[in-house]
Amino acid sequence: MSKERTKPGQTPSQTVGPYFAYGLTPEQYGYPFASIATPDLRRPEVAGEPIRIEGRVLDGKGEPVSDAMIEIWQADPQGRYAHPADRRSGADRAGADRAGAGRAGADRGGDAALPNIAFGGFGRCGTGTDPERRFVFDSLKPGAAGDGQAPHINVIVFLRGLLNHLYTRVYFADEAAANARDPVLRAVPAGRRGTLIAARDQDGDVAVYRFDIHMQGDRETVFFDV
Amino acid sequence: MTDTPRGYSRRDWASHPPLIAPDYRSTQTRGPTRPLVPLAQSLSELTGPVFGRESLGALDNDLTRNGRRDGAPPGESPGEPPGESPGEPLGERILVSGQVTDEAGRPQANLLVEIWQANAAGRYVHQTDRHDAPLDPNFFGGGRCVTDDAGVYRFHSVKPGAYPWGNHDNAWRPGHIHFSLFGPSIATRLVTQMYFPGDPLLDLDPIFLAVPAAARDRLVARFDISLTEPAFALGYRFDIVLRGPRETPMETTA
Repeated sequence: MSKERTKPGQTPSQTVGPYFAYGLTPEQYGYPFASIATPDLRRPEVAGEPIRIEGRVLDGKGEPVSDAMIEIWQADPQGRYAHPADRRSGADRAGADRAGAGRAGADRGGDAALPNIAFGGFGRCGTGTDPERRFVFDSLKPGAAGDGQAPHINVIVFLRGLLNHLYTRVYFADEAAANARDPVLRAVPAGRRGTLIAARDQDGDVAVYRFDIHMQGDRETVFFDV
Repeated sequence: MTDTPRGYSRRDWASHPPLIAPDYRSTQTRGPTRPLVPLAQSLSELTGPVFGRESLGALDNDLTRNGRRDGAPPGESPGEPPGESPGEPLGERILVSGQVTDEAGRPQANLLVEIWQANAAGRYVHQTDRHDAPLDPNFFGGGRCVTDDAGVYRFHSVKPGAYPWGNHDNAWRPGHIHFSLFGPSIATRLVTQMYFPGDPLLDLDPIFLAVPAAARDRLVARFDISLTEPAFALGYRFDIVLRGPRETPMETTA
């Protein structure tokens, strides 16, 4: 491999296009290929409050988008991320370093260094299989990470006609006190904060949070420069 | 993996296309119109899903084999003579390989690369693809691989064909392979498309042309005779650069 003497530039982003489903969300769409992630983040061995996140992606004409893919990434109910960079997971410093030393650790069954790994925290859902063009995730409500931020779910948005993926967040309407202190929400103009806060409904034991994503218009969702 | 950085560099908008590129029509109603809101990176952005070799199926890195339905079951006889195996997809066999690094040039080891593409006739297996070109019963088009310790990925496939789309009159997409990578955190996420050198459709494609001119050639693979497998598959090299650690000083030309 030749030594780069100048800083190489970032590889440009391109749209996910209309035909991502058989590559990225195959099981959801019925293709004969295993999915690496699904819309169901629950794990039987992880306790927590069951939640459902559902919503649509609406274009500038208010039409629901049928070829979007939504990814979510969240902490577990104790506020821990299943990643070596999260060193509050109960592992001692050496354990965390071991985990960070190589992803190969997971191949060798090295999960013990990451007590929070039982809850993966990552999900994917395309909007092409629901008759109402919704994405629907079943998960557990994340805890606060302990850094002053309110509980939230990180969201990545992909769709045909979008040349760069976008980042946004779901906050929970029933966390009003924590939301009022959240530094990210406070940095968002007050009039736009509501686009990040999902209203809560109850369906039996499951708390249902509604989170529509508006690509344009008066209610255009806040997207972050991460 | 090296230590997790305290932050990642921002997206370089001199490298990425704009969110609204009028010649790519659907961006006009689908790209957000308001400026992105700056976000200080926290644990939420410095972490992300970890997928390594355990997420791979046996034939995931060979698209010439993982979709076969005619004849011999997949996974048999890796040494079979070329051109004589039943159930082989039609098209020009290719080997695509490249190194994934961050902006500091550090190899990104053991990271998942997801790929999907049209068949040699330019047809996707996706149910809503209505292009009047044949499906290949022995080609699926989806796959994945994981980078090795040097950050290098590789997979076999067939060269995807061009296909028409409705963006403008007589619009054709150049042959391309879709790539999806996570990198070490959600901040380094990348979805892109790899193109082939010398394709005359590149100069006419509004999706490719939406990329700033200086960065476009980063999306075009290089034909590489040293990667080419004799009497079997043409080799194409496509290196990928993900966002790097924020605190890394820029290296300047010596």
